[in-house]
Amino acid sequence: MGFLEWATSPWGQLVPIHIAWFLIWVAVIAGFLFFIVHAAYLRYFAKPKEFAGNISPSEAARIPEHVPRHSLTARLFHWIMAASMFTLLFTAFLPRVGVQFPWVTYHWIAGAVLTASILFHIIHASFFMDFWSIWPDRIDLRDAWRRMMRAAGKPEPPPDKFAKYPLENKLYHAAILAAGLSAIITGVFMMSRVRTVFFPRNPYLFSDMTWGMMYVLHGLAGVGLIALIMVHVYFGLRPEKRPITKSMIFGWMSRDFYLKEHDPKRWVVETSPSPSPSSSSPSASNQLRGRGLSDAG
Amino acid sequence: MAVIRDVMAAFELFQPTSVADAQKLLEQHGPDVWVLAGGLDSFDWLKDRIKKPKVVVDLSGIGELRGVRTLGNDGGDGIEIGAMTTLTEVVNHPIIKQKYDLLAQAAELVASPQIRNQGTIGGNVSQDTRCWYYRSGWPCYRAGGNICYADAPEGRNREHAILQADRCVAVNPSDSAPALIALDAKFVIRTRKGERVVDAEDYFVGPDIDITRLHILQPGDLLTAIRIPSTWAGAQFYFEKIRDRNVWDFPLMNVASAMVTSGDGSPGDGSARTIDRIRISVNAAAARPLRLKAVEDAVRGKPRNVATGEMAGKLAVQGAVPLQFNTYKIPLMRNLVKRAIVGAGSATEEATWAS
Repeated sequence: MGFLEWATSPWGQLVPIHIAWFLIWVAVIAGFLFFIVHAAYLRYFAKPKEFAGNISPSEAARIPEHVPRHSLTARLFHWIMAASMFTLLFTAFLPRVGVQFPWVTYHWIAGAVLTASILFHIIHASFFMDFWSIWPDRIDLRDAWRRMMRAAGKPEPPPDKFAKYPLENKLYHAAILAAGLSAIITGVFMMSRVRTVFFPRNPYLFSDMTWGMMYVLHGLAGVGLIALIMVHVYFGLRPEKRPITKSMIFGWMSRDFYLKEHDPKRWVVETSPSPSPSSSSPSASNQLRGRGLSDAG
Repeated sequence: MAVIRDVMAAFELFQPTSVADAQKLLEQHGPDVWVLAGGLDSFDWLKDRIKKPKVVVDLSGIGELRGVRTLGNDGGDGIEIGAMTTLTEVVNHPIIKQKYDLLAQAAELVASPQIRNQGTIGGNVSQDTRCWYYRSGWPCYRAGGNICYADAPEGRNREHAILQADRCVAVNPSDSAPALIALDAKFVIRTRKGERVVDAEDYFVGPDIDITRLHILQPGDLLTAIRIPSTWAGAQFYFEKIRDRNVWDFPLMNVASAMVTSGDGSPGDGSARTIDRIRISVNAAAARPLRLKAVEDAVRGKPRNVATGEMAGKLAVQGAVPLQFNTYKIPLMRNLVKRAIVGAGSATEEATWAS
């Protein structure tokens, strides 16, 4: 049982044509296994989170009750990307597991929407957001080491609180970026093999071997995205992550959650000039334009 | 790629004598099994060693799959044709000739007398496409690959699809299929879950739904019979097949229509009869035989004359996308649809197409 399917081209060359479709089920099973292992670890083995440093009550009082996290633009991008990604996965893999429908047109339209939204996101994140906030830094790596050692019972100082995004979030972003860009770039070329409004058909744009590798990469990225998105949805539904999920809907997270998980020094939120009862009211805090909001765009 | 045309690859042969036994074998061997009816499509694949099934189930010994039976009192509810009934039997059957002559006309134009003696109605509607890139064993979409060799600037695609192509541009080559669609036939399929009866047009699938097969049969399924209701018995029929060699060839395109008209008059003059009911279907224009519902709706209630025929022809080809070498199929289909409505005699008048 190979991971790829091969065929003999008209010129007698053995070329890969696509991935073996059982990999769909490998990805699905891997996703479910992750759920089980992670949920069991948190339920039975994980120790309570401990962070270094504490914020003073006076500083805490200056944090708005609703901490802006994702701008409307960023949230729209996220949900458009999510809708197109789900459409792509369902249209790609449901026909492979026996649910037959005319999928190609929906697939390339969703692919075009995803491509456009990703291009927008690259420009938006590069020029209008804090580009580096989503990439792991030295403190993330140091703290990851500390957390691992402490989980193993080794003496290590507690890690700092997170910046705007926890390391897991940053690593997930990197993984989805790699899989997503692989699928998008190969998918754009593959559009020249079907009838779309974008390109004239040209099945001979590349050699059979290059096309084969492109189909393989597209398939591997696709099944990888199945597992990645399953994990993403799982975390989105977990109770302790719900404030983060809600922030992708409403744009903000509560001051309590912010102070519990995030380091105000690493994720700076514009605070009110002096602690006062009015500054902590939702209406007043919503008027604050913090760096956190501009980070999120 | 060398094609070996001497001996077939080895396979295990089963020759059941009942539908129940055949179905058990199909379920037992699943996707490894090849169903052999008349063998005219099958032996090409097997002798060319393009298809190498592990198991072949030969249906020729199953008597219950042969013959034509009447349904209801004196055939008042139509007829049922066993899937293994030969095309010659279909052509010569008195009830088919009397009431459903459209099917007899279509079956009589299939290939040659020798082939009709061996070929079956079930095999004719279930046969695979004749696209030579696919039949030569090239790894095209239909063969599970990722390319269509015919839909390329230098591809040989004179015989290929002008409608409903989706990556693959192969066409369905059956002559009897459009006639059965026009007659509103039902296909009886034995599946793992029991008997399933589908409308003739729903028996066929295009590449948008399933690019690797032309019909809905899944591994384990068996087409056992075709039922033709009496709805269109004795209607006015028209069948025409265009092919390169009139003695023996697959269709470049064919058309079948069944029509009920009322009133007096003749096509071509002002007193034409009115089209009350009509079903019309073409094949070899797409990967599945197409029932032209839009045309049926457009001409129903209209006079059966040249103007209606031309309007129908124009409507039929809307959305057609020709390939490099098959643009001729658009006027061909337009004219065939016109003739199927007006009749060959009147339709031979000089066409007045605007384009």
